[in-house]
Amino acid sequence: MNLFVQAVTWLFDPANWGGPDGLGVRLAEHLGYSALVLAIAAVLGVPLGYLVGHTGRGRNLVVLLSGAARALPSLGLVTLLALWLGLGLPAPVIALVILALPPILAGAYAGVDAVPRPITDAAKAQGMSPGQVLLKVEAPLGLGLLMGGVRSATLQVVATVMLAAYVGAGGLGRPLFLGLKTQDYPMMLGASLVTIALALVLDVVLAGFQRWAGRGR
Amino acid sequence: MRASNHRTYLTRRRALSAVGAVALALALGACGSSDPLASSPSGSSGAEAGALVVGSQQYYSNEIVAELYAQSLEHAGFTVTREYQIGQREVYMDQVTSGKIDVFPEYSGNLLQYLDKSVTATDPAEVLTALRKALPSGLSALEPAAATDQDSFNVTQATADQYGLKTIADLSKLPQPVKIAGNSELAKRPYGPDGLKATYGVQAEISPVEDGGGPLTVKALKDGTVPVADLYSASPAIASEGFVTLEDPKHLVLPQNIVPLTSAKVDEKAQAAIDAVDAKLTTAALVELNRKSVDEKASSADLAKAWLADQGIVPAS
Amino acid sequence: MQWILANAPLLWQRTLEHLSLALPAVVLALLISLPLGWLAARFKASRWLLVSGTGLLYAVPSLPLFVMLPAILGTGLRSPVNVVVALTLYGVALMVRSVSDALRAVDDTVLDAAEAQGMGGWRLALSVQLPLAVPALAAGWRVVAVSTVSLVTVSGVLGLPSLGLLFVDGFQRGITEEIVAGLVLTVVLAVALDQLIAWLGRALTPWARRAVAA
Repeated sequence: MNLFVQAVTWLFDPANWGGPDGLGVRLAEHLGYSALVLAIAAVLGVPLGYLVGHTGRGRNLVVLLSGAARALPSLGLVTLLALWLGLGLPAPVIALVILALPPILAGAYAGVDAVPRPITDAAKAQGMSPGQVLLKVEAPLGLGLLMGGVRSATLQVVATVMLAAYVGAGGLGRPLFLGLKTQDYPMMLGASLVTIALALVLDVVLAGFQRWAGRGR
Repeated sequence: MRASNHRTYLTRRRALSAVGAVALALALGACGSSDPLASSPSGSSGAEAGALVVGSQQYYSNEIVAELYAQSLEHAGFTVTREYQIGQREVYMDQVTSGKIDVFPEYSGNLLQYLDKSVTATDPAEVLTALRKALPSGLSALEPAAATDQDSFNVTQATADQYGLKTIADLSKLPQPVKIAGNSELAKRPYGPDGLKATYGVQAEISPVEDGGGPLTVKALKDGTVPVADLYSASPAIASEGFVTLEDPKHLVLPQNIVPLTSAKVDEKAQAAIDAVDAKLTTAALVELNRKSVDEKASSADLAKAWLADQGIVPAS
Repeated sequence: MQWILANAPLLWQRTLEHLSLALPAVVLALLISLPLGWLAARFKASRWLLVSGTGLLYAVPSLPLFVMLPAILGTGLRSPVNVVVALTLYGVALMVRSVSDALRAVDDTVLDAAEAQGMGGWRLALSVQLPLAVPALAAGWRVVAVSTVSLVTVSGVLGLPSLGLLFVDGFQRGITEEIVAGLVLTVVLAVALDQLIAWLGRALTPWARRAVAA
């Protein structure tokens, strides 16, 4: 328990937050990477998921993919891509997009797919084009499920961004690995605590958002 | 109806308890075999005096040296259990000091710095003396090998030519701060940014890569992502990529001779088996072993077997 | 490919080590989740607390948890106990909700009928509700098994033996085959365990198959 006291002391020491290697910068990097990954995954996954949900084609593939992604070990993906792509951001970002894509894809697909048939039929009967049905009816009604997918993708990404530091990028993994390798356990634990707090805060916020988005149904 | 239902409940219940039993058996079995390939058959621990545990770092080159010791010990009649790839010093030192591991290849300078942060020794003999003094009781450091595997600062031939770089001090000719790729711990080591500044007046910034001077670090240096890389001097990449290792006239980096760390269980006979390996292990030999491990992807067991046979330590069977 | 053939014993060893960390966690997660999930299903007040409380656990990133548990448990950083405990926690985080949902999905009329026959309390829960919930429980347990097998690899960066070590060693030596072998073996192991549980779930519910056949 003594270690925890030291870790918390380390955390509350302003000296550890400032500067180019400070926690502030690492936290910002961590959030920045996560946002970048989620943005890419959303740009790819949401339209694709809507398309699958709207047309009903490729449904099995989506289910298969989201199952397979759970089994894929992120460390293997990150190290493999790093060997090919070299130092820096590209390898972890691509690996993380691969991990974040399936839950978002599945969320988008499930959201559209779960809209009852009579509702879409009614929209069509009112003269809406397929595009309008998707954007004005299916997408808003499926927002809750989509947010569920985004939420689990976010949690996974925030946790896995730790590994970016393993292949030469920044983020909260930097103090974790540095602490681990130099027996600076307060630093290592402190970095872990910040990451856990970040994940919990994001989860609570997104859960609230998910409930709000699902209220329309 | 009722009777048949009752029977189904019974079969269900029996089936469910069977699952529980299977699950429990799996869990128990799994706990018992946490080291499934430990080579010593269980139960031999007490009966046999000649059983030793050899460990290695999570670093392929260290594993090769450990395997050299292991095979030499086996040839001398010992039963060896291998515990390889145990993280870094901070993870495995516990196991060594508590006597769970009997033989561990170490690096003299870094081990000394780990044990005593305020070291002043700089030449190999001084380092060894200081190391032996700093070791906790029950542990000893045998005679070191001639082979060293230490941090070294490397640049490409092109960079060396362009700026006229020969020693670490010349790095001040590069735009400051100089980016150096290396394991993250370099940032806190005495020969990291602080040491470079104090000893050579070079301003450095570490670009951390956790591959122990492996392919990613090499790649970053080769394609110009960083101008300088911290590579282990026994890394085969230095020769194969034509990198220039900067000289260290002021001995900023401590010498890292390979030195076997041993427990009290290692008797004279075992020491002789280990010494036989270290007597022949030069830096050139280590570089060649590392090269085969990386380029030919050979396993440590095969490499050790061939090398020990070559050196006449363990005849080929 | 050649590397893989030449190192088959190593791959086998790592696979066994991997299983020795994953299996206890998968089994423990189920054993712990069953009573918790039952509580959540039985009492509305505890449901919110248990389901969202354990769900929150899942938000804790794995690497920091592997690092923190030794400090909490007083075990060494390299002790397999940490990893098994951490993985069990994740399993429970996923599984409590599945158990609660699975038990609640059992048809009320069946439970009423059983109660009318004089069953109650433990007997009702164990001999009627639990067997009928098996298909849904198996589905939840499969998810736990798959993600546990995948999560074990993260412990490799701390130097614990599992398939994750293949990533670390392959990364240091630049051996792509080693990393790919680790990836493939992890996925194969996950799928195998997944299928095993699916089969177990079917084997335990012969009446479900009969219903489909009829």
